[in-house]
Amino acid sequence: MSSTAAIQVQGLVKRYGAKNAVDGIDLSVESGEIFALLGPNGAGKTTTVEILEGYRTATAGQVKVLGFDPATKGSAGQKWRNQIGIVLQSTSDAADLSVFETISHYANYYENPRNVDQVIDEVGLREKIDAKARELSGGQRRRLDVALGIIGSPQLLFLDEPTTGFDPEARRSFWELIRTLKAEGKTILLTTHYLDEAQALADRVGVINNGQIIEIATPQTLGGRNNAPAKVTWLENGVTNQIHTKDPTTEVLKLSQRFGGSVPELEVSRPNLEEIYLKMIGELR
Amino acid sequence: MNTLLETLRIGGLRSRIELKQFMRQRESVVFTLFFPVILLFIFGTVFKDTIAPGVTFSQYFVAGMIASGLVNTGFQQLAITIPMERDDGTLKRLRGTPMSVSSYFIGKALLVTFLMIIQTALLLFFGAIVFDLNLPSDPMLWWNFTWLVLLGSACSTVLGIAFSVVPKSGRGASAVVSPIVIILQFFSGVFFVFTSLPSFMQQLAAIFPLKWLTQGMRSVFLPDDFATQEVAGDWELGKTALVLLIWLILGLLFAIKKFKWSRE
Repeated sequence: MSSTAAIQVQGLVKRYGAKNAVDGIDLSVESGEIFALLGPNGAGKTTTVEILEGYRTATAGQVKVLGFDPATKGSAGQKWRNQIGIVLQSTSDAADLSVFETISHYANYYENPRNVDQVIDEVGLREKIDAKARELSGGQRRRLDVALGIIGSPQLLFLDEPTTGFDPEARRSFWELIRTLKAEGKTILLTTHYLDEAQALADRVGVINNGQIIEIATPQTLGGRNNAPAKVTWLENGVTNQIHTKDPTTEVLKLSQRFGGSVPELEVSRPNLEEIYLKMIGELR
Repeated sequence: MNTLLETLRIGGLRSRIELKQFMRQRESVVFTLFFPVILLFIFGTVFKDTIAPGVTFSQYFVAGMIASGLVNTGFQQLAITIPMERDDGTLKRLRGTPMSVSSYFIGKALLVTFLMIIQTALLLFFGAIVFDLNLPSDPMLWWNFTWLVLLGSACSTVLGIAFSVVPKSGRGASAVVSPIVIILQFFSGVFFVFTSLPSFMQQLAAIFPLKWLTQGMRSVFLPDDFATQEVAGDWELGKTALVLLIWLILGLLFAIKKFKWSRE
């Protein structure tokens, strides 16, 4: 299992002053996997990711990203950066350059860059190819960021809150792009505030709070979601009734018999990822 | 060797993209490339006197303008724009690519050198047309002029990169950097005849490269017998080269060691 791990983290600690921003994290991301890191602001997500990207150095612990310690100094780090792509949180650089100029310039930095035109098509910026970055909308600007993240044909892609500020449609088409990248065999580490995004994209999610990982699971099983009682609601005598049950099928059958057929306004739901997540980080009691 | 060539190639590409960005900011084009010409018009119009028979104040002033152009275009521009690149994410993004920091430095140095060539050409062109500036005819003087511009550009570039660690943010950078440059210009004899400055100013200025660049440029644009009017009674070109080299090396060592990719 560990031989295919793209990212391996053991006992990662990052201390700022007296506080541990990251407080002993263990994490393993498999090659070809989309892994989403969830957590409230200040939980240690960005610090963790930036250590993996080589922007910050760890106080303690072991980090291997594609078999390499990102804190290594010198030209070995440059070689390693050929294999990774980074999409940072919102940026405003290269404002006076066109989409094409920026992407084709960044292609020069890599040993095996992707085809510039193909990347422009993939991120859906064909119509904006000659537009200056300052003229792009928030969503288009983010697509440019992603284009710069994948131009070097990385094996591993870091996406830090990639869809913040997107409208729902832009988010959907962005997800399609990410799925395409996964189909190409890329490993993706994603941080996001959107639980639906994690649910739609991630193979596994890790919830981080106060610098520690609370749980790592698939979106379907996180926080015991698959075994959580389902909520059954219906309308009876003008009042909405609800019960929580481990066996909703039986309950619905019983209701159906009682009503002699269809149950008014029947709804069966399991807690969504967001509810589970909020419960986990202690904001919902 | 291969990596060295690659570093140089990427540096060249960086200078191209940097120049493109520079040229698209109209205010930076006007205030960097045309500023010396504008100043020459102002000073040349106000001070119509000659400082010696046949030598106008403009002739003296052009030497100072080229020298301080080196400081403005290299040191001042970089010490302001690099903190801005730190704020807008340029540096962080570059840091995440295989590009080496040397390529980034080379790109800046080539940008500064190129801008200096344009700026100086404009100044000499307008100076010759409007203010009857006498251009040197001796090839030796043009040789001196060339190495002074190249060495001055290199020195100014590395000191700008080195000083870019000082401003805390891009927005505050101009307020930190500009006064230093203006004071240095006054002390170094850019706006006034250097020997008429108080001696403490002269001695202070002698520590920094601008005084030497200005003096070197005077050796190019003033008649040779004016050397006797310098503080040392000589153009001191050897000493000038030495001072610039020392600053270049110190600046480079500092820039490589202390360059900040991000604010924290």
